[in-house]
Amino acid sequence: MSMLHHPVDQTGVEERIARFNTRSIKKESKLQGLRLALSMIDLTTLEGKDTAGKVRQMCYKAMHLADDLPDIPQVAAVCVYPNHVKTAKIALGESGIKVASVATAFPSGNSSRKIKLEDTKMAVGQGADEIDMVISRGAFLAGDVQFVSDEIAAIKDACGEARLKVILETGELSTLDNIRRASVLAMQSGADFIKTSTGKIQPAATMPVTLVMLEAIRDYYDETGIMIGMKPAGGISTAKSALQYLVMLYETLGPEWMSNEWFRFGASSLANDILLQLGKEKMGVYYSPDYISKD
Amino acid sequence: MSIQSKKSTDKKVKATKKSIPAFEWKYAPAPESTDHIDIKPQYELFIGGKFVKPATSEYFETTNPANNKVLSSIAKAGASDVDKAVKAARKAYAQSWQKMPARERGKYLYRIARLIQERAREFAVIETLDGGKPIRESRDIDIPLAANHFFYYAGWADKLPYAFPNRKPMPLGVAGQIIPWNFPLLMAAWKIAPALATGNTVVLKPAETTPLTALKLAELIQEAGLPEGVVNVVTGFGDTGAALVNHASVDKIAFTGSTPVGKYIQKAIAGTGKKVTLELGGKAANIIFDDAPIDQAVEGIVNGIFFNQGHVCCAGSRLFVQENIASTVIAKLKRRMKTLVVGDPMDKNTDIGAINSAAQLKKIQHYIQLGQQEGAEIYQTDQALPDKGLFCKPTLFLGTSQSHRIVQEEIFGPVLTIQTFRTIEEVIEKANNIPYGLSAGVWTDKGSKIFNLSNRLRAGVVWANTYNKFDPASPFGGYKESGFGREGGLHGLYPYVQFEH
Repeated sequence: MSMLHHPVDQTGVEERIARFNTRSIKKESKLQGLRLALSMIDLTTLEGKDTAGKVRQMCYKAMHLADDLPDIPQVAAVCVYPNHVKTAKIALGESGIKVASVATAFPSGNSSRKIKLEDTKMAVGQGADEIDMVISRGAFLAGDVQFVSDEIAAIKDACGEARLKVILETGELSTLDNIRRASVLAMQSGADFIKTSTGKIQPAATMPVTLVMLEAIRDYYDETGIMIGMKPAGGISTAKSALQYLVMLYETLGPEWMSNEWFRFGASSLANDILLQLGKEKMGVYYSPDYISKD
Repeated sequence: MSIQSKKSTDKKVKATKKSIPAFEWKYAPAPESTDHIDIKPQYELFIGGKFVKPATSEYFETTNPANNKVLSSIAKAGASDVDKAVKAARKAYAQSWQKMPARERGKYLYRIARLIQERAREFAVIETLDGGKPIRESRDIDIPLAANHFFYYAGWADKLPYAFPNRKPMPLGVAGQIIPWNFPLLMAAWKIAPALATGNTVVLKPAETTPLTALKLAELIQEAGLPEGVVNVVTGFGDTGAALVNHASVDKIAFTGSTPVGKYIQKAIAGTGKKVTLELGGKAANIIFDDAPIDQAVEGIVNGIFFNQGHVCCAGSRLFVQENIASTVIAKLKRRMKTLVVGDPMDKNTDIGAINSAAQLKKIQHYIQLGQQEGAEIYQTDQALPDKGLFCKPTLFLGTSQSHRIVQEEIFGPVLTIQTFRTIEEVIEKANNIPYGLSAGVWTDKGSKIFNLSNRLRAGVVWANTYNKFDPASPFGGYKESGFGREGGLHGLYPYVQFEH
């Protein structure tokens, strides 16, 4: 029988999370983890007040996180609204950093299929490498999973070569059972990545939610042989928390998923906290956050 | 939920795991510090509120099973020492403890609980050094639970009339308590707290491989200012325990340990009028139905059998998986086992520590060999064990049946036997088809099934969608050869009281 649909026990999930969080990550394994976490960041600005200038500044930061520290990787991508894709694309040039764009009437997803497709095509047309779409949570909760599936498949087609991240907006799905169902639905319908949240709804990413999605990815891989990526987004702002997510990733999906090809952090302030930690390793003491650029 | 996916999977570039360079992430060693620990080179017997040399003048060594290093020399109590301890307990019972207002007894118990909390780290480290269990467990489970037992029974001390309405509960007198090596301090707390709360005095005999935390507890009790002789600790081997069991002036025996010793105790006290509670072996069924939360059930299997290296009387050592999900569950279980860290118990990342004693390791290895001889398929992960010390790989036996001895007999180690089943009637029959009846686990999302099974499984504790959960408020104890009497909760007061007729 297919093991993609089975129940989730919330208490059990929380206990597993507690175990991940007792892992003590020290010394070299800590540095290794922190550098990896930096390279997995989708540096994000998704605000009504975004401007070209703001996007350009963030793109420079994405390429030069801390030029005074050794061996600091670039982030994986910058994530912007569709109308800023072109600016980001030009600013990032040949850096190899991807441009991700939210689309499909982000963040609510309440619009017509036609407009969502246009939104997606516009972002891809401007050069987006990755599309972060939102699912129609209303339809999902109303039981119209076919609608949600068709929509994801249609957006996937519109993406062309761009990778599709499907945002479940887990903060609106209410139960871990729903989150697992939505994860499976998204993967079966064409998602390359599944993503927790828009960042506009609380709670955003949490470890229990992410674990349930990672387990769904694992089961989907077992059944199909297809790897799907994972992106927790929103609310992960400390180096310690990032390491806890990496422990969870490592012990759930294994070493193959430990790269920015398969795992991303959607975050705006996480990078700076990690830099603070890496700076401490170099200097022996914490230096002032004023030494770290805020973009 | 069924959907028709419009997506064609062949359009998607298949990423296979093989094509990806794996990121190997080894957790760097994270050893707990031992700087603050004070273990004396030699420990005496704790009798009448003082540490006294044994009349035998004999001492035995207690070692760290993770590296075979000697930790301390421990006094060996002979029959005359036990006699002294029982007399001290009798005197304390008659002169102070029984007469003391109940709320004063409660205050002492609260004080013990608080002192354990204050010194939790010290107790955790010593428990791990002496017994081999991972520091994560002694830190997060053993020691906090031990403190909680004292807190819980401290609360009952002055409320006994409410526990037994319209009856007048009175203490029994002197309780002889013999505890095992798998949860040394926790078992001491399980035994001492209800006995003292109900007005009894105690002679405690810890296990010979793990006497240190009981002796540290004796120091703490001295510091707490308990009247002399209320708690006495006599260390030694089986003959020390036998002297305690056979002492004429002991009113009650409480024993946790193996079923053969439990049978010996029952024979020994027959006709003496001593009250007894026995918490003995187990071979629990952990049952996974096809409607279970599978990933959490896998955690429950791991927790059920690998917690404390499987040195748990209520360990979920017989796994029953519904046949239609067996291959998935087993694949998930094997994968999960690869993430278990086996090694130095003092490392904060260790999941499975050292086997408690050479004798126990030999017994486990005997069963691992026996299982293979019986034709069961063995699975162990390929991680290396430490060179020194007593360690055993977490082990599965697949393709086992009810007739295998490894399925029937208690192994008391990290060894799980796996059987499949088809119907609910079949699994209930097999789960109950064992001389033991301490505990069981049921994994299903369906509430009615849980109630059905918890009624029909002959086990003292049935966990639903969890395993190895302990709480001072919850009674614990067995059916059949797993013993009788309950510890914990209101039920745990009964074995220590008698009523006016």
